[in-house]
Amino acid sequence: MEQRRVVITGMGIYSCIGTSLTEVKDSLYKGTSGIQFDPERKAAGFRSALTGMVPTPDLKPFLNRRQRISIGEETEYAYMATREALENAQIEEGFFDEHEVGILYGNDSVSKAIIEATDLLREKKDTALIGSGAIFKSMNSTVTMNLSTIYRLRGVNMTISAACASGSHSIGMGYLLIKSGLQDRIICGGAQEINMYAMASFDGLGVFASRESEPEKASRPFDAGRDGLVPSGGGATLILESYESAVKRGAPIIAEVMGYGFSSNGGHISTPNKEGPATAMQRALSDANVEASAIEYINAHATSTPVGDANEAKAIHEIFGGKPPVSSTKSMTGHECWMAGASEVIYSILMMQNDFIAPNINFENPDEDSKKLNIVSSTLNKKFELFLSNSFGFGGTNSALILKKFNN
Amino acid sequence: MNKEEVIEIVNNFLVEEFEVEQEVISPKAPMKDTLGLDSLDYVDLVVIIESNFGVKLGEADFVNVESFQDFYDMIENKIKAKA
Repeated sequence: MEQRRVVITGMGIYSCIGTSLTEVKDSLYKGTSGIQFDPERKAAGFRSALTGMVPTPDLKPFLNRRQRISIGEETEYAYMATREALENAQIEEGFFDEHEVGILYGNDSVSKAIIEATDLLREKKDTALIGSGAIFKSMNSTVTMNLSTIYRLRGVNMTISAACASGSHSIGMGYLLIKSGLQDRIICGGAQEINMYAMASFDGLGVFASRESEPEKASRPFDAGRDGLVPSGGGATLILESYESAVKRGAPIIAEVMGYGFSSNGGHISTPNKEGPATAMQRALSDANVEASAIEYINAHATSTPVGDANEAKAIHEIFGGKPPVSSTKSMTGHECWMAGASEVIYSILMMQNDFIAPNINFENPDEDSKKLNIVSSTLNKKFELFLSNSFGFGGTNSALILKKFNN
Repeated sequence: MNKEEVIEIVNNFLVEEFEVEQEVISPKAPMKDTLGLDSLDYVDLVVIIESNFGVKLGEADFVNVESFQDFYDMIENKIKAKA
């Protein structure tokens, strides 16, 4: 079967380091942290009250009442990101009536919506008093079911739930569907609710960063003094399109998806290993048909946990050696979980478009694994054209994507 | 609660919830078409009425509701029945 080229024609971002591509690009360049201390979490019994924070968007100018009451926090962020991505891709709403467009979006929780509906049931003891919007907010596919309705999409329509690799796999699966000729255009991305309910049981595992007195220094991937991740969230959308489709409609082509690799660790539910991620990276290289030495930047998954970062550092070193620049943007954003795989591809493309590599802030002292890598601790002005982005998740799900600056 | 109070409360929440202008609501106007109600909206009307008047409506209560006046009367009757 003929394999088609897959390009990205639009991006949109709603995150704790900015709510537009321009804001986020500036934050990445300056190494600005989006992490804050949340007193509400402390009062609720969190061990670590740190989190990335995003503003609540006002959707009244854009969506009618029925549309608004069916969407929860994660979809609000995803909608804002998708508006920006479609605008940049030069796709107006009328386009969807004439052309088939699909959606594959990463999401893996709807905690707040479920808790609110359950609280109402317990209080009222009558399901009729929960309201009409709750069910559409309480399903894991809430983002895709709502965005597909809002934009009247008629292509593939499903949510990818793969823990903290959800956003990355959504791009990978979208890439495969377009590459194989089954779809021409797919809205891909990842969304992550930011409320404390989504993260309470995660905090209970004791894997969140403890440095509450210095929020901006708490997320420190690869640093010897790291002691856990900082949860975060928002929405990130990319418009994936066949090269032919993009050219036909005169769309701006931003980058090309070159390769996708996936794997599963076959091991512990939360403790990652080295082999699974290494397999995903090798497969991405093989799919992209490039040598490891051709990769000019690696956006690491590294979340700032002791074991995870160490194993990723070992896997990167084994495949790429110590030469390519590596950074984890989670040092600034915290861990955007279900959204992270999509947002980090956007962050990396923004760097590629603007000739810099964003810093892995708070990388002050390497450990025995990270000292073998070329970790970028302050902004590096550098042109590059080919990067790899890693995302790993609970259950041992791994995804690696390789993207290239678009050249005709 | 007298009839005027019921009408005022109902009109206020309809304007707020369904984002319509107060002027479109008149006693004889058809409620469903005026507010553009679909089946899901009746679920929300049940929630709002319970929260404002403490009475629970079922599907059968809406069978004879066509105009806004029918709606006011139905609610008033439910309040009286509860009292």
